[in-house]
Amino acid sequence: MTKTMTDVVCPFCGTLCDDLEVSLSDDGKQILEVYNACVIGTEKFLHSQAKDRVTRPRMRQEDGSWKEVSYDEAVEYTAKILANAKKPLMYGWSSTNCEAQSVGHEIAEMCGACVDNTAAVCHGTTLIAVQDIGIPSCTLGEIKNRADRIIFWGCNPAHAHPRHMSRYSIYPRGFFTGKGHKSRKIVVVDPRVTDTASLADIHLQVEQGRDYELLNALRVALNNEWLPDVVAGIPQEKIREVAEVCKSGRFGIIFFGMGVTQSLSKNHNIDEAIALTKHLNEFTKFSIMPMRGHYNVTGSGEVLAWQFGFPYSVDLSRGFARYNPGDTSTIDLLLRGEVDAMLTIASDPGAHFPISAVKQIAKIPSVAIDPHLTPTTGVSKLHVPVAFVGVEVGGNAYRMDNVPIDTRKVVDPPAGMLTDEEFLTKVRDRVKQLKGVK
Amino acid sequence: METVTITMKNPPQLYLEADNVTPDKFAGKSASQIAELHVYEGNTTSTLGKYFEVAGSAGATAADTKIVVKGDVSKVKYLGMKMSAGELVIEGSADQYVGAWMSGGKLLVKGNVDAFAATGMKGGELTIEGNAGNYLGAAYRGDWRGMSGGKILVKGNAGSDVGMYMLGGEIVVNGNIDVHVMTHAEGGKVIIKGNAKSKLGGQLVDGTIIVFGTIDVMMPGYKPVGEAELEIDGVKAKFAHFIGDTGERKKKRKGQVIYGNLYKKL
Ligand code: SF4
Repeated sequence: MTKTMTDVVCPFCGTLCDDLEVSLSDDGKQILEVYNACVIGTEKFLHSQAKDRVTRPRMRQEDGSWKEVSYDEAVEYTAKILANAKKPLMYGWSSTNCEAQSVGHEIAEMCGACVDNTAAVCHGTTLIAVQDIGIPSCTLGEIKNRADRIIFWGCNPAHAHPRHMSRYSIYPRGFFTGKGHKSRKIVVVDPRVTDTASLADIHLQVEQGRDYELLNALRVALNNEWLPDVVAGIPQEKIREVAEVCKSGRFGIIFFGMGVTQSLSKNHNIDEAIALTKHLNEFTKFSIMPMRGHYNVTGSGEVLAWQFGFPYSVDLSRGFARYNPGDTSTIDLLLRGEVDAMLTIASDPGAHFPISAVKQIAKIPSVAIDPHLTPTTGVSKLHVPVAFVGVEVGGNAYRMDNVPIDTRKVVDPPAGMLTDEEFLTKVRDRVKQLKGVK
Repeated sequence: METVTITMKNPPQLYLEADNVTPDKFAGKSASQIAELHVYEGNTTSTLGKYFEVAGSAGATAADTKIVVKGDVSKVKYLGMKMSAGELVIEGSADQYVGAWMSGGKLLVKGNVDAFAATGMKGGELTIEGNAGNYLGAAYRGDWRGMSGGKILVKGNAGSDVGMYMLGGEIVVNGNIDVHVMTHAEGGKVIIKGNAKSKLGGQLVDGTIIVFGTIDVMMPGYKPVGEAELEIDGVKAKFAHFIGDTGERKKKRKGQVIYGNLYKKL
């Protein structure tokens, strides 16, 4: 008889699906099947079962080879490089639980570190815009039950958030959206014909890098002002038509992704999209929501903001929190040579940062805490493997709409392995000793 | 006016935060007292004298004090921050936040400056003989008060986000300028003698942008309203006149809607 565990939470993308079912072997030690999850979610659970998994920390040797070390030795190295640095950087946090993030921030405060999460290369620009002009948002449940105008701007949930459309945004039948897909008009704004775009009632194939102009033109259309014949490759009649489609809905939502947060204009794109949303509220009800990638990048922002007042790129080096992306943001810190030690946790900058920034990681004392072998663990001096959060240990995470959900432990980690939180707690206690903090 | 010269002799391993290098902080101090002022390298606090050789002495007040900064200060931040009077001359290039929140006096940089120069500037004169980085004369992150007074002259090129949230004062860029000029501005003027790229005056409530060269892409929220003759630095010329941003909220004066103005030389 296999056992089935219900209401399991998927620790992969920001949709944070909480309806998974997992069947386990008789002894409860082996995951056999994962139900309800999408392909990438299923893969995350099954990956934890890999037989060749690294289960003990490894230190890079002079000759480039790796030597297995104990967790205690790993704690000692990590505590020392952070405590001795003038400006250490603690980056990542997006694929671990809020409990681990909180312990990490204690270390950061004692060491005068910079703390940053993967928003730095993703939705950080969104957070800048939110600080500048605020954000009228809602929960995914409200969208499922009420939204009849859905705009996907620069995002492709068909691939990045596979169950988003069926659970919340396109197909579900909600309280006021009983006809499901038929109750909704879908607008996709993307320079490419993506799989999401193929589901749209209207696809605006905006010119690359001209989202800011198109957003501005929609606001001009709402004000019934003059427009040039073509904006961002879209005829002005089409722009006015989309403005009317938005105005005529009962409840609209703009979902946006990295197509606008990381293309030309960055934070300004989001700033203008939020301004458009506010503007639309003069006519009907409209909301806007970022399609957050990592399952708990939102949580990292929440915990950082709760503890230090800012959601990413926080610089604690002078003993108080400062925040100014461009100065305190990870890639700038690395490229400019502003930091002299780096801890990476629950993310893979080695795969996502510009190569010159990755080279800088290789130059300074560095540790990577990650269950997987990644390009980042490959360039760091020390690799600390840990249990999979959401599979081998539970803990709190925040969905893309800022709803906190407790993830669940499904199986035990391999014998003797620590969790992120356990490892960081040991490092924190050692840093306390080194710094003479009571 | 008395002159203090500080010369970099021991460059920082990382970057230095030197927000005490202003006529205001130096005023009334001897060279040895100035050498005791704090600077910060990461989480480490030390003294100006550890990095710089200090010579001369300051005047009794900021207005009587001139500071000359020599040597490589390309890794030094916050030079001239919050200065209110006197003079500061940086002989080379400086890093971020040069003249941030300055309210008076004269600041001259003979080289380039990195981002965030003149953040929230209130008054005085800032001259940059080289190029300026991003966010020149803009608001600090999350603030809605950019440059509100004073004058900035950049003899070279300027980066993106110049004059974001600008409220007043004037910025002249002799060279070219990158994207986003005067975003969210509610006043002030930016004059670009060279070429501009795009996103000029986006979300601008009020203010003036004058471009002598080309503009790659106009914002759709700028409506052509004819031609205008302007006199700038003693030169008269004809400009195409646009008003905007017509998508953004607008103020009213005596029942009239107030628009921002964008002029492009014909
Ligand atoms: S949509 Fe995201 S959270 Fe849901 S199952 Fe797929 S990867 Fe997991």
